[in-house]
Parts: sequence; C-alpha cells; structure tokens
Amino acid sequence: MTMIFGVPLAVLSGQLLIGIINGAFYALLSLGLAVIFGLLKIINFAHGAMYMLGALVTVVLFDLLGVNYWVALFVAPVLVGAFGILIEYFLLRRIAGQDHIYSLLLTFGVALIIQGVLTNIYGVSGLRYSMPDLFKGGINLGFMFLPYYRAWVIVVALLVCFGTWFIIEKTKLGSYLRAGTEDSQLMQGFGINVPLLVSLTYGFGVMLAAFAGVLAAPIYSVTPVMGSNILIVVFAVVVIGGMGSIGGAIITGILMGIIEGLTKTFYPPASSAVIFLVMVVVLMIRPAGLFGKEA
Amino acid sequence: MNQTFNPASIHQAIVEQQKAQDRKKMIVNGVLLLLLMAAPFVMYPVFLMKILCFALFAVAFNLLFGFTGLLSFGHAAFLASGGYTTGYLLSNFSGLTTELGILAGTATATAMGLVFALLSIRRQGIYFAMVTLALAQLVFFFFVQSEFTGGEDGMHGIPRGELFGLINLEDNLNMYYFVLAVFIACYLLVQRIVSSPYGQILKAIKQNEPRAVSLGYNVDRYKILAFVISAALAGLAGSMKSVVFQLASLNDAHWHMSGEVILMTLVGGMGTLLGPVVGATFVVNVEYQLSQGPLRDWVDPILGGIFVLTVLAFRSGIVGELQKFMRKNLG
Repeated sequence: MTMIFGVPLAVLSGQLLIGIINGAFYALLSLGLAVIFGLLKIINFAHGAMYMLGALVTVVLFDLLGVNYWVALFVAPVLVGAFGILIEYFLLRRIAGQDHIYSLLLTFGVALIIQGVLTNIYGVSGLRYSMPDLFKGGINLGFMFLPYYRAWVIVVALLVCFGTWFIIEKTKLGSYLRAGTEDSQLMQGFGINVPLLVSLTYGFGVMLAAFAGVLAAPIYSVTPVMGSNILIVVFAVVVIGGMGSIGGAIITGILMGIIEGLTKTFYPPASSAVIFLVMVVVLMIRPAGLFGKEA
Repeated sequence: MNQTFNPASIHQAIVEQQKAQDRKKMIVNGVLLLLLMAAPFVMYPVFLMKILCFALFAVAFNLLFGFTGLLSFGHAAFLASGGYTTGYLLSNFSGLTTELGILAGTATATAMGLVFALLSIRRQGIYFAMVTLALAQLVFFFFVQSEFTGGEDGMHGIPRGELFGLINLEDNLNMYYFVLAVFIACYLLVQRIVSSPYGQILKAIKQNEPRAVSLGYNVDRYKILAFVISAALAGLAGSMKSVVFQLASLNDAHWHMSGEVILMTLVGGMGTLLGPVVGATFVVNVEYQLSQGPLRDWVDPILGGIFVLTVLAFRSGIVGELQKFMRKNLG
C-alpha cells in the first residue's frame, strides 16, 4: 500500500476529502456571515441557528409533506430567509446605527430562543434524512472511494460561493449594496430604498446559511444544536480570512477544512482546536486577517 | 448680608453636605452588610454562595465591558481555568491549604488573561469579541483533551480543606463567610479602581478612544491592565466556585458561560457598580426557579427572550433604569 509520511494514501485522501467537504460548509457559512457583517456591520450570532433551521426544515418538510430534496434545496432557504427578514425588520432594525455589539447580543438571544424551543420539540438525538436516490453510491478513483453526494456538495457549494462573490463584487446590484453601506443617506438621496436593501441582504446571508443546512441534512446528524458548535468555528474562519472580506471567507473556509482534515490524520487530538490555533498565529502576524484590510 | 457670600462658609456647607451623604451611604452599606451576614440563616448557604461567585464573575466582567467598553466573549476561559487549577491542586496535594489553592487558580487565570489581552487588545469592538471567543474556545478544547480535567465527566470531590489550615470549610457557614469576605473585598477593590484616576482613564477610553490617545495616554497599556484585573477576578470567582461545589466541569469553559455573564451584566446594568451583582442574583434565581417548575425545559429560550428584551428595551439594565427613574422623580 502506498504510504505518505507513515499514513496510508487511502486514509490520507479520505481525510482530505472530509476536510474539503467540511471546508465547503465553512466557506458557505462564513460567506453568509461575511456578507452580513461586511455590508450591514451586524455580527450574526444566529447564523448557526439559521443553518440548523435549513436542515431541520428540509427534514420536517419531507416527513410531513413528502417534499423531496430538490424542492427543499430551494424552498427551505427561501423560508428560512423570509424568517431572517422578519428578524431584521422587527428586531435588528430597532438597534440599527448603534454600537455593533448590540447586534451581536441581540442575535445571540435570538439563537438561544430558536435553539431552545426546537430542542424542546425535537430533542437532541438527531433526526433521520435519507439521501436522494440519485446520489446513492459513488465511484472508485483508484486510490480512494468518492461518494457522489460528497462530490455534489463540493461542486454546488463552490458554485454558490463564486456566484455570491460575483454578484457582490462585480454587478450593479452589488455596487448598490456596497455603496449603501458606505453612505446610506447619500444612496437614499439617489432614490435607492436602502432599508429594503438591508433587509434583503440580511435575508440573503441567512439563505446561504440555510442552503448549507439543506446540503448538510443527508450527511450530518440533524439536531437543533447542530449549529451551535460549528458557528464558533465559522467565526474563527471569518477572523482568519479578514472580517468582511467575501473572497477571503471562501478561500479561508476551504483551507481550514483541509487543515482540519490533515490534522485529524496526523495528530487527531488537536483536530478540533487547530483552526483556533491558526487564528492565533494569523492574528499575531497579520492582525487584520489574511485577506482583510488594516482598519 | 455679606456673610452669605463668604467663601469659607459655602465651602463648609458643601463639606457638611458631603458628610451627610457619606453618613447615609455608611448606614445603607452597614444594613446591606448585616443582611448578607444574616442571609445564610434564612436561605440555603450553598445557593447564596453560588450567587456570590457569579456576582463576582459578573463584577469582573463588568470592569472590562461596562467601564472600559471591551466586550470579551471569552470570560468562561478564566472562570474555568481558575476552577480547574484550584480543583487539581486541592485534590492532589493534601498539604495545600485552601487559600493557596484559590490563589494559584487566580494566578493561572491572571496569566491567561495577560496572554489573551496581548493577542486581542489591538482589535476593537466586534473584532475584539470574536478574538476572545476563539481564544476561549482553544482553552475549552484544551480542557476537553486534558486528562487532569476529567474531560466530559468533570472534576469531582474536590476537598474544601481548611482555610489557613485552621478554619474547617466543610462547614457551610464557615465557607459562606469566607466567600462573602472575598466577594466584598473584590467589590471594594473594583469600586476603588473605578473611582481612581486610572478608572477615569478607562471610562475616557470607553467614551472616546481616539481622544484618549490624542491626550497622550498609552491606551493599549490601560486596556491590558483592565483585562488582566478582570481575568484575575473572574479566575478567583471560578476558584471559589470549584471549592464551594467541590466540582469543576466543562460547563464553566463552554462559550455559553461567556454569554451568560454578558446577560447578567446587561440585565443588572452595565457600567454601574451594583448592576452585575443584581443581574447575577436575578439570572441565578430565574434559572433556579424555572428548573424547579413546569418550565424546566424552557430555561434557555426564556433567558434568550430576556436577552432580546434587555437589548431592545432596557439597555441600562435594572440598576441603570432605577437610577434614571430616581434622577427623574427624586431630583
């Protein structure tokens, strides 16, 4: 058997694959956080809860109405996104323009409520969601086995990430968004409905989280607390990438997934801490993050 | 009637007024102290000690958040490292007296606070919160992996031992008076810090950091010191908590604990001296009462609701709102 640094190639590539998949989720989630933070200056502590809602809605829709995976892939993010817009409209808007810390505290409270209520309804043991038939099985690449579903997750996550980056950095709509955050009064003066833009941006960021949740439903255990721990990792990813940097969030997300996978192969005890270690090192060398601009 | 304009007599009148106010304050404080001394005869001492430990934790946190304007989302790390260090030492070195164990726990948290501060102090606002959160998470994983903490099971049966090798702390009443004494000392210390020139500079930094810089203050050094003091007191709270409950667990290191201390401070009234104490009392009581009743599964969502409500409607907290009310209605 081929060995690399004393580890069988199959094991190494298997862990790498898991790393890339986790990285794809980190990228999607940190992208949503970065969009919301970069454009609205809101630290969305409810992001993990939104990710969980995406997965949970998928499962519940299937159980109650038999809604299949493909429909859920669109419906769940839209539903959760609409919920996000309600939160923005009724809660976050009231503290707009005040210290950003309050947005963090408010969304933290919202996350506690959502998670707590759903835990009471569904428990913490995890709900089952079966893989769509199309994705059952996989192909043998010679050195490793690649399940179809995992390949699909990687491809679609990358596409969505790229699309989001493109919309925000390269299109007219994106330029409105960025201008609206630079000087919202001036934009309002030009006849652009900035509050609506803010609501939609928050909704969009939340949709990205919910979309990640749908993708996660067939492979991870769906529980009301599934968003709580990944959220903190994603925060670290955003800090490493540079807060508010959209491209930075995507690249760092995938990179951190891979680093985590490698750590799991070579030194398992450190695997859950390695991302935070990277963060500390990055902060010492580049306080603004890898892709951030010095404030 | 030249006399009325005599500066000396005006000065004397002010001094008299000041004295009268001081007397009033002394009486209020004396009554409070008596109540605290008598409390364990009316209520369960361990519950009171829980409140005191969390109150100290919140007071420590408030020094940083309420007075310096730095939101740390990683204070659980100090609480837990204090608790684990004390627990480990007291469990494994039987010759050690309790106060030395607690001091060692506090020292560990202080050192950790310095490291946290050096790494995070350059960041501001939300960035600062995220960095402290991630650092605390690193500490959390360290505790999960380490053998001495007992991992998921936690550390049990920590001996309370004897204070100075003389006073038996297994007795709840002795333990209570020790915790109370430490708490009052720390509270007075924070009061002293806040009203000192150093404390004034902290407040200045909170209100307008660039201006404090332009006045020539080395802002980073002031903030680092505030962070370290806050971490030390939080560690002390954790150390005492582990002795009181004879238990140290991962709960204390989890980021939810960092959130809870924010809630306590915010609900009580951040930036006021008494606020965190009131807030801790309130939150500990709410948690306890809920856990006894039919709503025992709804503690988290209810705390979340309190959080949202406080941020939206009563941002100055219980003590802050009361102060506002009194200023408005009682002149």
